[in-house]
Amino acid sequence: MSDPVWTDVCDLDEIDEEDVMRFDHDGRTFAIYRAPDGTPFATDGLCSHEHVHLAGGLVMDDTIECPKHNGRFNYRTGAALRAPVCVNLATYPARIADGRIEILI
Amino acid sequence: MTATTDPHIRDYSLTGTDTARAKATGLANAEWYHTDVPRKVMKDLMQRRDGPAIRDTAIWFAVLGLSAWGGIAFWGTWGAVPFWLIYGVMYGSACDSRWHECGHGTAFRTGWMNDVVYQIASFMVVRNPVTWRWSHARHHTDTIIVGRDPEIACMRPPNVFRLLMAYAGVIDMAESIRGIARQAGGTLTDGEKDYIPESERPKAILVARVHMAIYAATLALALATWSWIPLMLIGGPRIYGAWHMLMTGLIQHCGLAENVTDHRLNSRTVYMNPVSRWIYWNMNYHVEHHMFPMVPYHALPRLHEVLKHDLPAANPSIWDAYREAIPAVLRQAREPDYYIRKPLPATAQPYKMDTVNV
Repeated sequence: MSDPVWTDVCDLDEIDEEDVMRFDHDGRTFAIYRAPDGTPFATDGLCSHEHVHLAGGLVMDDTIECPKHNGRFNYRTGAALRAPVCVNLATYPARIADGRIEILI
Repeated sequence: MTATTDPHIRDYSLTGTDTARAKATGLANAEWYHTDVPRKVMKDLMQRRDGPAIRDTAIWFAVLGLSAWGGIAFWGTWGAVPFWLIYGVMYGSACDSRWHECGHGTAFRTGWMNDVVYQIASFMVVRNPVTWRWSHARHHTDTIIVGRDPEIACMRPPNVFRLLMAYAGVIDMAESIRGIARQAGGTLTDGEKDYIPESERPKAILVARVHMAIYAATLALALATWSWIPLMLIGGPRIYGAWHMLMTGLIQHCGLAENVTDHRLNSRTVYMNPVSRWIYWNMNYHVEHHMFPMVPYHALPRLHEVLKHDLPAANPSIWDAYREAIPAVLRQAREPDYYIRKPLPATAQPYKMDTVNV
């Protein structure tokens, strides 16, 4: 597996604060978040419970709620917080560079 | 509409032939149809609030308390009857919608409030809060998929006697108590093991023991005081007050399609009077709920307005829904493959029929 590289995602303003967007890259899918203070975060894009894109869910403070079964994760740490999710999400470093969001994958 | 495949004996168990069939045909864990809704609109609809559920829960507990007081105060007279009728519906029917919405975690914004009301309502509706949380997750993954969905109320061919008896609450209560007692004894069925992760099973057994202990204490109190009142207050309402839950719940899916991946084909939206909607916490917008389960109950009327261009026309009343469902269910007794396929408005996308096994 090659070393992770900073990968361009989108303009910062394409994601509202306290919201999430789907990002597909190189056969993988990610969920890209902006916290209420605007800080970007990134996790795996699919819920660890079943095959559902988290980008359709609701961001509340530090949590993302899956749109299918309402399981919740802390998107900063990937921690599973509420059944039916039991398995944590993988997280990826995210940053803002020249007004764009980048993630390290 | 009649089926395009050969009729077969349906196996509603979660470990049988239809389970394998659902997996083989792509019906298990399938992609479902969703109406396109702009992200900003959906984000607004999904927003959580504590206010509506705190208000409704305060009213709920107040009505429970007052009606229990009246039932006890007028015990032995006809004056007690209306109080018990109200208490019964508040306990034995309203508990279902509170269990449901708090189980989804959408009723309140504050997590612990959802959890507290979920535990109370689970006890009232005689459902193990652990096993039913997972059961309901499966119901949303594989809605009315034979062999996958553990919550199919109207199986085919239907047992019409059993459906009628459901309104008396006795059969369902007896089966629910038997299930909790079995779990309290440490046994989960193969079906339950199919949808409950191993790590959650000890919790399911523990909570079943707690529920059974409360029922045992209630029964002991009734015997010690030689009074029906403890049983009228705890457990009993799940029998004599469950009729509203069944009246509204049985029309969610009965008579509609099985083994499809479009909730517009297997779920029913029904306009209801405000009292029933309050008791039912707006689950009459059932297509909308299944399509977007993260929208809280208080926003479902708004979601309905957003989606209705893409949905079959809602039944205008509970009565109308039964006029539609009863003939279909009776026909399914003779033709198990029959189901109602409602016309879509001209503004709607066609039904998703790429993954079906009707």
